[in-house]
Amino acid sequence: MATAAEQWVLVEMVQALYEAPAYHLILEGILILWIIRLLFSKTYKLQERSDLTVKEKEELIEEWQPEPLVPPIPKDHPALNYNIVSGPPSHNIVVNGKECINFASFNFLGLLDNPRVKAAALASLKKYGVGTCGPRGFYGTFDVHLDLEDRLAKFMKTEEAIIYSYGFATIASAIPAYSKRGDIVFVDKAACFAIQKGLQASRSDIKLFKHNDMADLERLLKEQEIEDQKNPRKARVTRRFIVVEGLYMNTGTICPLPELVKLKYKYKARIFLEESLSFGVLGEHGRGVTEHYGISIDDIDLISANMENSLASIGGFCCGRSFVIDHQRLSGQGYCFSASLPPLLAAAAIEALNIMEENPGIFAVLKEKCKQIHKALQGISGLKVVGESFSPAFHLQLEDSTGSREQDVKLLQEIVDQCMNRNIALTQARYLEKEEKCLPPPSIRVVITVEQTEEELERAASAIKEVTRAVLL
Amino acid sequence: MANPGGGTVYNGNLHKNQKQSNGSGSGDCTGNGIVKETQQNGKTHIYEKRIVESFEEAPLHVMVFTYMGYGIGTLFGYLRDFMRNWGIEKCNAAIEREEQKDFVPLYQDFENFYKRNLYMRIRDNWNRPICSAPGPWFDVVERVSDDYNWTFRFTGRIIKDVINMGSYNYLGLAAKYDESMRTVKDVLKAYGLGVASTMREMGTLDKHQELEDLVAKFLNVEAAMVFGMGFATNSMNIPALVGKGCLILSDELNHTSLVLGARLSGATIRIFKHNNAQSLEKLLRDAVIYGQPRTRRAWKKILILVEGIYSMEGSIVHLPQIIALKKKYKAYLYMDEAHSVGALGATGRGVTEFFGIDPGEVDVLMGTFTKSFGASGGYLAGRKDLVDYLRVHSHSAVYGTSMSPPIAEQIIRSMKLLMGLDGTTQGLQRVRQLAKNTRYFRQRLQKMGFIIYGNESSPVIPVLLYMPSKVAAFARHMLEKKIGVVVVGFPATPLAEARARFCISAAHTREMLDTVLEAIDEMGDLLHLKYSRHMQSARPELYDETSFELED
Repeated sequence: MATAAEQWVLVEMVQALYEAPAYHLILEGILILWIIRLLFSKTYKLQERSDLTVKEKEELIEEWQPEPLVPPIPKDHPALNYNIVSGPPSHNIVVNGKECINFASFNFLGLLDNPRVKAAALASLKKYGVGTCGPRGFYGTFDVHLDLEDRLAKFMKTEEAIIYSYGFATIASAIPAYSKRGDIVFVDKAACFAIQKGLQASRSDIKLFKHNDMADLERLLKEQEIEDQKNPRKARVTRRFIVVEGLYMNTGTICPLPELVKLKYKYKARIFLEESLSFGVLGEHGRGVTEHYGISIDDIDLISANMENSLASIGGFCCGRSFVIDHQRLSGQGYCFSASLPPLLAAAAIEALNIMEENPGIFAVLKEKCKQIHKALQGISGLKVVGESFSPAFHLQLEDSTGSREQDVKLLQEIVDQCMNRNIALTQARYLEKEEKCLPPPSIRVVITVEQTEEELERAASAIKEVTRAVLL
Repeated sequence: MANPGGGTVYNGNLHKNQKQSNGSGSGDCTGNGIVKETQQNGKTHIYEKRIVESFEEAPLHVMVFTYMGYGIGTLFGYLRDFMRNWGIEKCNAAIEREEQKDFVPLYQDFENFYKRNLYMRIRDNWNRPICSAPGPWFDVVERVSDDYNWTFRFTGRIIKDVINMGSYNYLGLAAKYDESMRTVKDVLKAYGLGVASTMREMGTLDKHQELEDLVAKFLNVEAAMVFGMGFATNSMNIPALVGKGCLILSDELNHTSLVLGARLSGATIRIFKHNNAQSLEKLLRDAVIYGQPRTRRAWKKILILVEGIYSMEGSIVHLPQIIALKKKYKAYLYMDEAHSVGALGATGRGVTEFFGIDPGEVDVLMGTFTKSFGASGGYLAGRKDLVDYLRVHSHSAVYGTSMSPPIAEQIIRSMKLLMGLDGTTQGLQRVRQLAKNTRYFRQRLQKMGFIIYGNESSPVIPVLLYMPSKVAAFARHMLEKKIGVVVVGFPATPLAEARARFCISAAHTREMLDTVLEAIDEMGDLLHLKYSRHMQSARPELYDETSFELED
């Protein structure tokens, strides 16, 4: 049946073809040809749009003028006029030919020219020479490095420590070793430059909270929690970190660690703590901000500090549980791919640790001195003291800004220069203004060390007072 | 741009993944990488010296076995992970605290798979502690593992006088204290170790200035600046030079520090094939012609990042061609001479001297003091306006602690020695000795039939081992023979190209090198490492020592 019907239709079609008028057939033929043309022609002409000729290309190459590699710097740029120290940068320092008392170097414990430290370094020099000529993996691990790591871990009462050959590289390498693209880092706005660079290298999502403002941090954590509930699958692999400093380099303030630890467990975020200023300063034994607050060090996932301040050597270290720290031995870029710390610097750091362990009283002395000068500097008209009273590095900022940063810097520099004439060596806190995430206001950073006598502290305070009065009025 | 053509190319396919893109290097290369690259760039032929560089390809069966080795290792890894998960095998790895078990895991499982299951098997070959200066001999602290490399225990014994083929001690200036280091001792006594401030605040010492002036003089450039760490010299200064809207063209084998610096700068990064001028030219052309993607704005500036000697390949940058390209396209050149400064050139001035090029042609000269100078830290050198700019904008000048004074003094001492300022020719002799040793060692290895990479003048000599098990066997056996060698595998090299790397030093005597070569020869037979198929074609007349000496 079906085939018969089909055949009938075919026959009918042929018949219709015969019967159709000629004009109809011609029209249909034209339509078919047009469709074919449409199918095979290009809708636009690529040729006209691009494909420069060789000559045009050569012209473009000829015409292109790059910016200079570096823009010219005026000869009188203030940054080119930096301090030159002749001789050691110790308690008595010769800056630009002037003999001063040093209130600028982070030599908190005065170990920089300690004879014991020097003797230990000398012994190391005799045995090992200077350089290590290799990264840790390739015969650049010396027994001294292992000793130092061991000693640091013991000192901090943690399982493991890892040393870097440069202070800046420590936290800047540690952060990207753990936090990757997609992870979330909550970080204090006042965090130092090394942390900022570490975060940038990690390519994680960065959430800034207001300096030391736990409510703001909790708000962000809560926001994230809500976000996580929307997408639980993603949340299961998104690591969360809180990065803070013990004593903030840029503000001289201490972080509210007990609250941070509470938030850590509440929102399940790990804490990375940068202790370059607080290690060897805070706490009864100088273990830093954890000891200061009496918080178990196990509650902090990673502590990093440099050995360039209290220990007066070079390099930095991270410490914590082996589960966390050991990972850096293959993933910390500044650890794996850099030459290891010269053994004499490691030996010096070990000896500095010995001295710290033998004289735990030193930290109380430092604290007293900080308090003394802090008190003495209160009430200078035009200058305010920013930072904790027990912080050995704090800032003096202008009470009333002139409105222009440049002008402020000039005023402060005038104060610094005049103090220098009175044999007090100070320096402004220097920043790369365009690079900083949240640029701190200009300030003079005062550094206290145990070597400064009461009389010297008094002298410094009164010098700053008098000079400020002269400059600002 | 003339194609260097057919059989004479430096065996372009350095890595397997580039095979297709470089037609001239397919399959077996009869030239054994001997090249006469006179006119890479059609217009300029400023340099007519022959670059002898070889990257011989492995025989196919070796590649097959290598991948099979990794395959079996991976399978076993899965099996053992499975057993660990079910508690059949004890897991030795450190574990998360109980209190934080409900946190998002700090590591994703697969991240550590390689480390746990492959690296762990052979990790005794790295991080071996030593307890002497990294001179031509060193003392290795003996350690054993009772749990298959999860933990190590020191036996208390010391393996004395191991021949050191691993340290970057090219000029032999890293040694234990002797009278020549007296000034270092004096500076240490006078200055102490630390500086406790940054260069911009209170950390520029007279020692640093002395060093900077000397570095500039040594390199024959206008000015120089020194930094406390070599790695940071790259990673903290490249961002000061380029930024958004700029283009970085980076060699694919550049060191991590350069890569990090480039990444931190915020500039667009494009990678060119290792030491391949054609690849670079293509990128340069396209960049200048087409500008930035999407907006089509012209690039603000283009910075080429290269290294002098590539530390894993032993190749030397093809500087003459790169300079010609940089001039033609008005790009800037940043050259990291970490391994080459002190080690190359008739008087140790580095790659520029090696090729007879004015150092002023390179816009930014970077180098480290860790290697040839036996110290630590790095420098940037070039025109005065560059250095002035860096003093203002360098990240490490503002935020990084400056260099320790005794370290600075060690560099000053080494540099003076090299410049002959100590009144002797000792420095020059060292440079010559290094060149001699390098040639001798490379030539002998080649004759033995090993596949070695790199330039004939490069003191970094990688010997290809390919298989991960051979890596371990080689290093362990060599140490038994009291020879300390460095072996490298993934991720520092491509997966299938694990290798041993020898660093030649001027302090190596002929006897030491012979001892080492004999041991390598033995190992080569034992482990079947002599993969080269050009044993017979190693042209004696080319590798004759005298002919090379004429060339310098």
